[in-house]
Amino acid sequence: MTSTRSVTPVPLVRAKYETVLESWIAEQKRSATARPDLISDSDLARQSSEVLSTLLEGLDSGSLDVSGPAWEHMRAALRGISLSRVRLGFSPSETVLFILSLKEPIFDPLQELDPSNRAEAILELNKLIDRLALVTSEVYQQGREEVILRQQQEMLELSTPVVKLWQGILALPLIGTLDSERTQVVMESLLQAIVDTGSTIAIIDITGVPTVDTKVAQHLIQTVAAARLMGADCMISGIRPQIAQTIIHLGITLPDVVTKATLADAFLVALDRLGQHVVATDPVSAAGR
Amino acid sequence: MAASERVTVALRTQEDVVSLRHRVREQAVVLRFSLLDQTKIVTAASELARNAVIYGGGGEAIIETSLNNGRDGLTLTVIDHGPGIPNVEDAMRAGFSTGGGLGLGLSGTRRLVDEFELRSEVGQGTSVRIVRWK
Ligand SMILES: Nc1ncnc2c1ncn2[C@@H]1O[C@H](COP(=O)(O)OP(=O)(O)OP(=O)(O)O)[C@@H](O)[C@H]1O
Ligand SMILES: [Mg+2]
Repeated sequence: MTSTRSVTPVPLVRAKYETVLESWIAEQKRSATARPDLISDSDLARQSSEVLSTLLEGLDSGSLDVSGPAWEHMRAALRGISLSRVRLGFSPSETVLFILSLKEPIFDPLQELDPSNRAEAILELNKLIDRLALVTSEVYQQGREEVILRQQQEMLELSTPVVKLWQGILALPLIGTLDSERTQVVMESLLQAIVDTGSTIAIIDITGVPTVDTKVAQHLIQTVAAARLMGADCMISGIRPQIAQTIIHLGITLPDVVTKATLADAFLVALDRLGQHVVATDPVSAAGR
Repeated sequence: MAASERVTVALRTQEDVVSLRHRVREQAVVLRFSLLDQTKIVTAASELARNAVIYGGGGEAIIETSLNNGRDGLTLTVIDHGPGIPNVEDAMRAGFSTGGGLGLGLSGTRRLVDEFELRSEVGQGTSVRIVRWK
């Protein structure tokens, strides 16, 4: 593929650059897949002219190997456009059709060539644009996966809020499965909160964690150790009796960590450590409880 | 009354480990296991399934429940066709891990169940069968 040199008469196309561009844009707007709701006319014109001029630049090199260095600008341009279209909500086929719809407009200037040269050039451009469409579609897929991944990340972060309970006391109520990825997020947000708030005590509440196996335990131990390095002591609350027993059977020891049945219990211990305590304002009704 | 059920769960990813835990929990509830016994068998399932995914390159789990007048119980068999365990004695020792874990999965699982049977052949794979009686 690399050995094939381009036969497209680039100067001929370049001479009709404006016409080609205009009819391509018109073609896109006419098409059933046009999405004026997603992209403005000016953005569409800008992207189209970027692709067309970069395409001619690539053809100037004479190389037809779209994965080679001569087409690097083109790949970068398609990447940028595909990714922005992923974010704007274009479908994969709408994104690919953007490139494919360039075929007819760009064939137009070739009318001036004699039939055999014309056929050759059309064939070549046809193949080339197909390959560029493929590149676009691959980038689109990657982009979509990245977006999904990012959304998952965001959801993870949303589901692991660090709460400031009191001056110097943080709580981290964990809910759901604590896998490695989630632990990473949890740990980072806890450490950040420790730094931001200058807290010295963090209560990790696992009431909402259904299963504590050896991996979850290891993650908890790592989180406790990391918090300690940042100058905060951790307590673990919400260990239900059946989970406490199971952990013991597994042979797990949580080193130097205060464990409490409930978040409230842990909070009282934390206050006590900070030299504060809760006092009833009305001793009579407090005693009556 | 005698009834038995058999459920197979494929184990390829961490998500599969989570769904196995759910299935085992369901069956343990059907058997009217106590909360403690449910937790034990679910945790044991989690350990074996995670080993099959991480070390065994994936596999499958078979949950069998038997409801007899004599004996109700849950049997779980986790099979993989991975590299196998070269030294089972080492692997069963608390604290031994080739994967940077706590190394408590196998030894701990044995303590969580009533029956524990591990078979492994290098180059063939590993199969662990555990039973928790009601
Ligand atoms: N299905 C398997 N296939 C191959 N090797 C295994 C398998 N299961 C366990 N092993 C080996 O046995 C070792 C001990 O397993 P065990 O489950 O006890 O600990 P771990 O998985 O390393 O850590 P933990 O389970 O505490 O997170 C593993 O590190 C691994 O080398
Ligand atoms: Mg293990």
